[in-house]
Amino acid sequence: MPSSLKGKAHVYGDHIDTDRIIPGKYTKTLDLSTLANHVLEDLDPSFKDKVQQGDILIAGTNFGCGSSREQAPLALKQSGVALVIAEDFARIFFRNAINIGLPVLEIGKHSIPKNAEVEVDMKAGTVTDVTSGKTYAATKLPKIMMDILNEGGLVKYLKKHGNYSLENE
Amino acid sequence: MGYTIAEKIIAKHVGHPVRAGELVVTSVDGVMATDTTAPLAIKAFKEMGGQKVFDPEKFALIIDHAAPSPNERIANLHKLMRDFAREQNSRLFEIGEGICHQVMVEEAYVKPGDIFIGADSHTPTYGALNAFACGVGSTDLAATMMTGKIWLKVPQTIRVICNGKLQEGVTAKDLILFLVGKITVSGATYKAIEFTGEAFEGLSLSSRMTIANMSSEMGAKAGIVNPTGLELDYPFEPIMADADAEYIKTYEFDVSGLEPQVSAPESPDNVHNISGYEGTKIDYAFIGTCCNGRLEDIDIAAKILKGRKIHPNVRMVIAPASKSVLLDAMKNGSMETLINAGASLITSGCGPCVGTHQGVPADGEVVISAANRNFRGRMGNPNSNIYLGAPSSVAAAALEGKIVNPKKYLV
Repeated sequence: MPSSLKGKAHVYGDHIDTDRIIPGKYTKTLDLSTLANHVLEDLDPSFKDKVQQGDILIAGTNFGCGSSREQAPLALKQSGVALVIAEDFARIFFRNAINIGLPVLEIGKHSIPKNAEVEVDMKAGTVTDVTSGKTYAATKLPKIMMDILNEGGLVKYLKKHGNYSLENE
Repeated sequence: MGYTIAEKIIAKHVGHPVRAGELVVTSVDGVMATDTTAPLAIKAFKEMGGQKVFDPEKFALIIDHAAPSPNERIANLHKLMRDFAREQNSRLFEIGEGICHQVMVEEAYVKPGDIFIGADSHTPTYGALNAFACGVGSTDLAATMMTGKIWLKVPQTIRVICNGKLQEGVTAKDLILFLVGKITVSGATYKAIEFTGEAFEGLSLSSRMTIANMSSEMGAKAGIVNPTGLELDYPFEPIMADADAEYIKTYEFDVSGLEPQVSAPESPDNVHNISGYEGTKIDYAFIGTCCNGRLEDIDIAAKILKGRKIHPNVRMVIAPASKSVLLDAMKNGSMETLINAGASLITSGCGPCVGTHQGVPADGEVVISAANRNFRGRMGNPNSNIYLGAPSSVAAAALEGKIVNPKKYLV
């Protein structure tokens, strides 16, 4: 996981459910490029063409509500999204994103506009809207989630450790 | 200070008392995945270095989300699941055996007091059994398949007290829709919910499953129904909250005057009295799903449609929640009644609800469904609209071609 990120923000609203992130009819596949081809299709059909590697997705409250499909964060990651920032997340999406190594940050109420340029300090947990200069503090992740993220996801974490560890939590 | 049901169940598993907010690594009593989540979970399990699942008898795979397979791509994923189950000596529930949550309860993969992890967001359904059941994604599931454990934060609990008895013609689905409307789609994120009070005490196991099922529509980690009045065909020790347990929030409602409810497009918490939508024309009526595809749901639809024909402009699809539900509905005549009324029977499974196959609506069409989600595009077409209601409301709408209050057919 890079310690800092700078990227273009794609900003959407509240309660973006997993059906809007990746419709159920496309989820049954192990081919991640299929997922990226349909990412956010029912929310913003132009997204898949405009997203660039390293871009940042920003949303309002309850991002990723609905189904448990891990294909939702996988589709975003595969499309090039480097980080998802939201006021807050639905719980399964939040865990799934970290488990597949897609960083997620909760920053509470924000006013980051469409197409803003955003700078993120992962270590300090701060998100800065470069245009307005406004900085937001992200909620700190529990250590186990940071460990999983730092290993690049749960597969790599468990391959290395063989089991969960809550030491120093 | 006492403990909530969630705290008590988790404490029993980790071997020491726990409080909300604590992080724990806990053993689990069962895990399952479906054809949406299992292929990715199997891939992750192998990549993690997994060889044998922690306990082949506590692990099950269910082919329900696209059953039977609609194309060769999904057929190959089903094969991957069958091969894996064989290799692990674990049970695979084949096409038509049922929807994962119904099957896990019928086959007693989950029991009162258990911790169960399912790779499906409606896993909280088992809270009907007084169990702590959580939905996860594929990689989390793979880790639990390998270790028999999961890490989680002991959740804070929201208590929902419903006083009074539901009127005749008003069902558990109407009650839970009402509660989703009040608590909202994010009102219980990360929390457990305890459903308690007179309104739940008289409910059947099936109705309790409908209640707990839609905990996930409020963002909850688990939704547990107070076991008072729960009847099972095996003995169990009910786990109750202490009188001085600590709740993050308490809602209290008198539901004795509750009317049938509908959730209008396009969020499950857009809930209203059905009277506000009476007259809305519908094209397609669907009864099924882990929320409302059980025998009592099929029976109430049959009661409304007995000796009648559905409206000529409407098609109606029925997907029983399991093979056992289907057989019971065949034996008691309800299925024959529905088919004679013009309904079409499909294989037990999730297809229409998740927009995979077996009943995708056309552009501009209006659906009334007994399912739990009406997000845009949920049933496979973003240009259609979905209303959620009780099976009784779905059947009455199929009959009249428009949304109506079903009470006149039931009382």
